[in-house]
Amino acid sequence: MSEPRRILIDPLVDDNPVLLQVLGICSALAVTTSLLPALLMCAAMTTVAMFSGAAISAIRAHIPNNIRIIVQMTIIASLVIVVDQVLKAYAYETSKQLSVFVGLIITNCIILGRAEAFAAKNPVGASFLDGLGNGLGYSAVLVIVAACRELFGAGTLLGYTVLPLTSNGGWYEANGMMLLPPSAFFIIGLLIWAVRTARPKQVEKPEYQIHEVHRTEVL
Amino acid sequence: MAEYFNLFMKAAFVENLALTFFLGMCTFLAVSKRVDTAVGLGLAVIAVQVITVPVNYLIFEYLLKPGALAWAGLSEVDLSFLGLVSYIGVIAALVQILEMTLDRYFPTLYNALGIFLPLITVNCAILGGTLFMVERQYDFAQSVTFGLGSGFGWAVALIALAGIREKLRYSDVPDGLQGLGITFIIVGLMSLGFMGFSGIQL
Repeated sequence: MSEPRRILIDPLVDDNPVLLQVLGICSALAVTTSLLPALLMCAAMTTVAMFSGAAISAIRAHIPNNIRIIVQMTIIASLVIVVDQVLKAYAYETSKQLSVFVGLIITNCIILGRAEAFAAKNPVGASFLDGLGNGLGYSAVLVIVAACRELFGAGTLLGYTVLPLTSNGGWYEANGMMLLPPSAFFIIGLLIWAVRTARPKQVEKPEYQIHEVHRTEVL
Repeated sequence: MAEYFNLFMKAAFVENLALTFFLGMCTFLAVSKRVDTAVGLGLAVIAVQVITVPVNYLIFEYLLKPGALAWAGLSEVDLSFLGLVSYIGVIAALVQILEMTLDRYFPTLYNALGIFLPLITVNCAILGGTLFMVERQYDFAQSVTFGLGSGFGWAVALIALAGIREKLRYSDVPDGLQGLGITFIIVGLMSLGFMGFSGIQL
């Protein structure tokens, strides 16, 4: 695969920021009770990731090394303020639902992590693509979790009824737990299991093995 | 007094930052392998939270809020859009000060925390605490209580998870769930447990 394509595609499954690098989980869990706020959050997050990558990469030769974190935080915070104001202007209702989590994009580790690991060493175009790729990888997880929670918790998708609820004369008994925080942890845990079963390279080595023999037999 | 106690309990257990709002998850998952480092980080987070929430309250109340600059004769200025930059600046500066203090007076704790001390800056639990304080319009005393309670709750959850994970090293986990996967499931179960606190009013 060509270099730019690799930068863009890799973070989707093979190097997913949420599932593999354990970054940006906070907001990934909190805004996923229904699909619409999750989509908005993905758009906000991807925008900030792209432009912060490009901006930090553009001035990377001029940032003194020991104050780089503060410079990066300032760039990211300014971008988040712009996104926040745009959301408040054009999607006021949904931005109320997102409450503090738009502001928390600043402390989303994906953005700072990519700034440190990629944008600080690579040219502008590549950093922009890297931001886009990681934003999309994050969005993929968010959309899957949000779709599961909204579908099984409320029987709707984006507000349209898919599974008619028993309370409205349908056949589906809503699973209230899907709307509560613990379900998000379970869904991501199972998602990790699924991805790692499909990509055995990503499996972590256990710190301590009980059954050396049993393990080797299986393998 | 009862009001503050109630707020403390609510911030610490019912609305636990880690388990109901998912804040500070990255550090939460990364530093919960050993109980002793978890205790150190928990204490650092409580300290930072208790200081930053009230300080940011003062900044919001006397500099940023619409009409807050009335004491300077600028009663029509609304600087609330500068909130995010100011809060993160305060947090970064305080963490830096805390780091220097620990380095000078408690070198063992400083070495134990290592890289995670500067990372408190990007711990969403800290910024989240400040943003909740602004959103819920706490006053000064309430913001001190809220900072203490939320930091305490986060630390308790972190230490509990670290205890579970220490024991978990000796269990036979399916390959795909190894490490991160099983940790998520455990945190989910802990979160279910903390749901039991909801509805408690003192």
